[in-house]
Amino acid sequence: MPEQLIFGMEVFLNGLMAGVLYALVALGFVLIYKASGIFNYAQGVMALFSALTLVGIMEGQVPFGHLINAIFGTEIHGFGWHVPAFAAILLTMGVMILLAVIVQKCVFRHLVGQEPIILFMATIGLAYFLEGVGDIMWGSEIKKLDVGLPQGINTLIDETTFGWFGYGFFIDNLDIVATVIAALLVTALVIFAQYTKQGRAMRAVADDHQAALSVGISLNFVWVMVWSVAGFVALVAGIMWGTKSGVQFSLSLIALKALPVLMLGGFTSIPGAIVGGLIIGVGEKLFEFAIGPMVGGATENWFAYVLALIFLVFRPQGLFGEKIIERV
Amino acid sequence: MFYREAGDFKTSYKEDNQTFPIKFDRYRYYAVMFLAFAVVPFIVNDYWVNAIFLPFLIYSIAAIGLNILTGYCGQVSLGTGGFMAVGAYACYKLMTVFPEVSIIIHVLLAGGVTAFVCILFGLPSLRIKGFYLAVATLAAQFFLVWLFNRVPWFYNYSASGQINSPERTVLDIAVTGPNTDAWAKYMFCLVFLTFCALVARNLTRGSVGRKWMAIRDMDIAAEIIGVNPLKAKISAFGVSGFFVGIAGALLFAVYLGAAEAGDSFGITKSFLVLFMIIIGGLGSIFGSFAGAAFLVLLPVLLKNVLVGTLGWPTDLAAHFEFIIVGGLIITFLILEPHGLAQLWRVAKEKLRLWPFPH
Amino acid sequence: MKLKLATLALGATMAAGPVMADLVFPSLSYRTGPFAAGGIPFADGYADYFTLLNERDGGIGGEIAQVPECETAYNTEKGVECYEATKDAGALIYQPLSTGITYQLIPKVTADDIPMHTMGYGRTSAKNGKVFSHVFNYPANYWDGASAGVNHFLEQSGGSLEGKKITLLHFNGAYGREPIPTLEALAEKHGFDFNAIPIDYPGQEQKSQWLQIRREKPDYILFWGWGVMNQVAIQEAANIRYDMNNFMGIWWSGSENDVKPAGDGANGYKSVQFHNVGSDFPVFDDIQKYVVDAGKAAGAGDQVGSVLYNRGVYAAFLAAEAAKQAQDANGTSAIDASMMRDAMENLSITADIMTAAGLPNFGPEFSVSCANHGGDGMSAIAQWDASAQSWSLISDFATSDASVITPLIDADSAAYAAENKIEMGCN
Repeated sequence: MPEQLIFGMEVFLNGLMAGVLYALVALGFVLIYKASGIFNYAQGVMALFSALTLVGIMEGQVPFGHLINAIFGTEIHGFGWHVPAFAAILLTMGVMILLAVIVQKCVFRHLVGQEPIILFMATIGLAYFLEGVGDIMWGSEIKKLDVGLPQGINTLIDETTFGWFGYGFFIDNLDIVATVIAALLVTALVIFAQYTKQGRAMRAVADDHQAALSVGISLNFVWVMVWSVAGFVALVAGIMWGTKSGVQFSLSLIALKALPVLMLGGFTSIPGAIVGGLIIGVGEKLFEFAIGPMVGGATENWFAYVLALIFLVFRPQGLFGEKIIERV
Repeated sequence: MFYREAGDFKTSYKEDNQTFPIKFDRYRYYAVMFLAFAVVPFIVNDYWVNAIFLPFLIYSIAAIGLNILTGYCGQVSLGTGGFMAVGAYACYKLMTVFPEVSIIIHVLLAGGVTAFVCILFGLPSLRIKGFYLAVATLAAQFFLVWLFNRVPWFYNYSASGQINSPERTVLDIAVTGPNTDAWAKYMFCLVFLTFCALVARNLTRGSVGRKWMAIRDMDIAAEIIGVNPLKAKISAFGVSGFFVGIAGALLFAVYLGAAEAGDSFGITKSFLVLFMIIIGGLGSIFGSFAGAAFLVLLPVLLKNVLVGTLGWPTDLAAHFEFIIVGGLIITFLILEPHGLAQLWRVAKEKLRLWPFPH
Repeated sequence: MKLKLATLALGATMAAGPVMADLVFPSLSYRTGPFAAGGIPFADGYADYFTLLNERDGGIGGEIAQVPECETAYNTEKGVECYEATKDAGALIYQPLSTGITYQLIPKVTADDIPMHTMGYGRTSAKNGKVFSHVFNYPANYWDGASAGVNHFLEQSGGSLEGKKITLLHFNGAYGREPIPTLEALAEKHGFDFNAIPIDYPGQEQKSQWLQIRREKPDYILFWGWGVMNQVAIQEAANIRYDMNNFMGIWWSGSENDVKPAGDGANGYKSVQFHNVGSDFPVFDDIQKYVVDAGKAAGAGDQVGSVLYNRGVYAAFLAAEAAKQAQDANGTSAIDASMMRDAMENLSITADIMTAAGLPNFGPEFSVSCANHGGDGMSAIAQWDASAQSWSLISDFATSDASVITPLIDADSAAYAAENKIEMGCN
């Protein structure tokens, strides 16, 4: 087999893996958009906030320690205990549910029925707010996140492919784990949406708010639930990306990686987010591989958007988005 | 009491159609203009101009530009940062290639170049709508910044990739470069802002503006009553791009003096200008000013209060700034989703009747 | 509008600075934003050293040193605000720690007659004091760093780089592209293959770049990154099992923050440094005693001895030394910015001065002149030991390849001078 083709295959596989990671972030957007029509800009910051909280709980950091020290002149830094990863994840989930309740009670309950752009703006306000709170609570230095996920080259794949092609493929163990987790997550979400009472209520709300209200579904409850689920997705995304780079401010910027995925897959479709993620992941990696060196590289950021733009010109509602029926 | 229509009679169509039909409004407008042109330049110092007035004036221009596109024509754009970069780099190239031509012409030409680029990236808007379009304009943002980083011709092959604005004068008074007096910078930007605001105000009052608004309110209906969506959308992108380009050129040449595409015109700039028009009020020229003032002034004010007066550590103050700004945005939206401009309108309505509301 | 002006007036009264007569060293820091992790230790070190001088020696030459801090969040516009807010308070020197802010302050400080010291960042050609009268970048700049890296690789491969392949992995922006011309010139001189792979900001996703590196198998990698890019790059290098001995970052990609998230995988990673690392210096005992234990530390006090904290201390030390020499030269303790500039131009740092300050062998010995604002460009190589969790220097401070760098500096500064019509000074 020609060398370029083998390299291309390796890039393709890695693109798929990267796509899964993008899709993880995009999922959170889709959930909230579908259920409440809110384009949640704060999703990235939620990932950062949840990862910060997770590390903070695991390391036994005192929340608001810096603030308390500054005000009272004390010297407290940690409780001195270490919480095991699993328990810490559960506790963090609790915090994210609490956050969902607060967000619903204090913000979006007062903005029901507003135009989409106003709701979008409110989530930007929320993003600012969470960013500040997260930093004050846990500090802004880089934290290492280790919940026991494997990292590094997968030797099995490396050796097998070396036997086949004479060139070992590089697949990161973390990416494999992420793929498995994403698959589990999507399956769980689908089961939840299809077979549980709450899930059905969620779908009903997504279809038609008023009809859902009239058959006795509590919109408030469903929205809190959706924000909690989105918080959970953010936590998973935060763990994946945080393991790669350490938990720090830049984690909130992964939202930018999810936007082209959303455009491509459609804002309202969970399968769309997955397929869109895969297409974007593969597309940008292959473009960088094939064309990148000719134009000087670092094309991934804009190419993802241009790729999505090209798709949109042909399908303005995204691949799997609901067809917009326009009436006068 | 102070804000009366009674006795303010109009005897011609011209008078009835003027920008500020109410006498009090008109006098207030003259007073503000007098203050801005004849009082402020004599009392400002470096800090006020560089930290407060210049960013306010320049962002007001950008906000007016984006407001035409988003507020009046309903096309959400997140490419403002990239378009400002076009203005800045166009201005830089013009300044260095034609040093003998007046900087005023360079800034206007930079606006023209940006208008062209903006139209180019606005073409997909004929098919893509709403948030999909917003995200699609991000393609422009990322592509343009990458391009200015990548092609050395744009920064005259300098080793550093930064662009520096050389000294240029208007009527023998330096307006760019390090030896510029504070008042000269201020006046230069103020003139452009006044020009842009007048143009924008009159465009939006006329038939062009009504076409934009028809497209915004319902594009299919607008098409049926004879508004050409192609022309309306493209003209909105063009006009918006012109203003945004001017803002970018001024930001680089007058305010910062040196710039780099990714650093000064990144995605955060796009979001910042969008925040300004939403907080200020979509579809309102006054809203553009109010929003720019809010987002330029508030952080400076908060910083000075928290660090300067209360003596907090700078990092805590910076974090609290985020919390306060975020909290205020949410509070504003809950209290008045249509922005500061709507608050102002409500206040005017109240003042009309005050103190005898019945 | 009226209300707006009222708030403005309020803002202005707040902006009043510290009292004159003290020595003012403004610190434009960033403790928030995407680069906070790098900005915090530097700002802490900078402030703590001056606090130490105040507490232990009663200031510099009897004058209390003030370090008003201003948060820039690495944002150029906030940088302007900070500069304007602090310059009238008698600021002696600016150290913005940001390439973007540096570039726009270069003309401003020159017009306001305040010196600026950009230690290991900013505009490399500012080394040419004939063009950049108020900007200093001693003891080393990016081109020195690139040259030092290549020299180290040269030594490592036994004296010849003929036919070797060196890749520059860099931030896709002005900062990251700085070393390219130098490396191209060096490639010609030493006969190695050179290619550059850019990473876009923020750089959380670098699969493409590292797959390319894995395919091309460069013998050595030089790395110019900042922020999250650093952690991801080192992690990915560990993932593809690239030999860390052949992977070297510039000084901004060589702190504890960058290597710790990758754990043991980062063992052996190298970086170029222009100052010493570790906390084994007398000054740190004093900082512990007079500053941290006294509860006067700028930060939490846990950064003492980390690479970026040391850099902050070193920056403060060089500023304080220049201030001392300005006091001696002018016979007054109340110096102003212009005296400070003259002193910086005649600054010479010897081993004795460093030892006296409790920093023996902390940085290279160097001296500054009117034409040369960059010192001798001496730097050393440090290596990370993951089991000991510490950096240590593995070479002495050595000079860079001036025969390659000097022509490049002259060309770039001449272009700047022509564009801005600057007369050459130092005649």
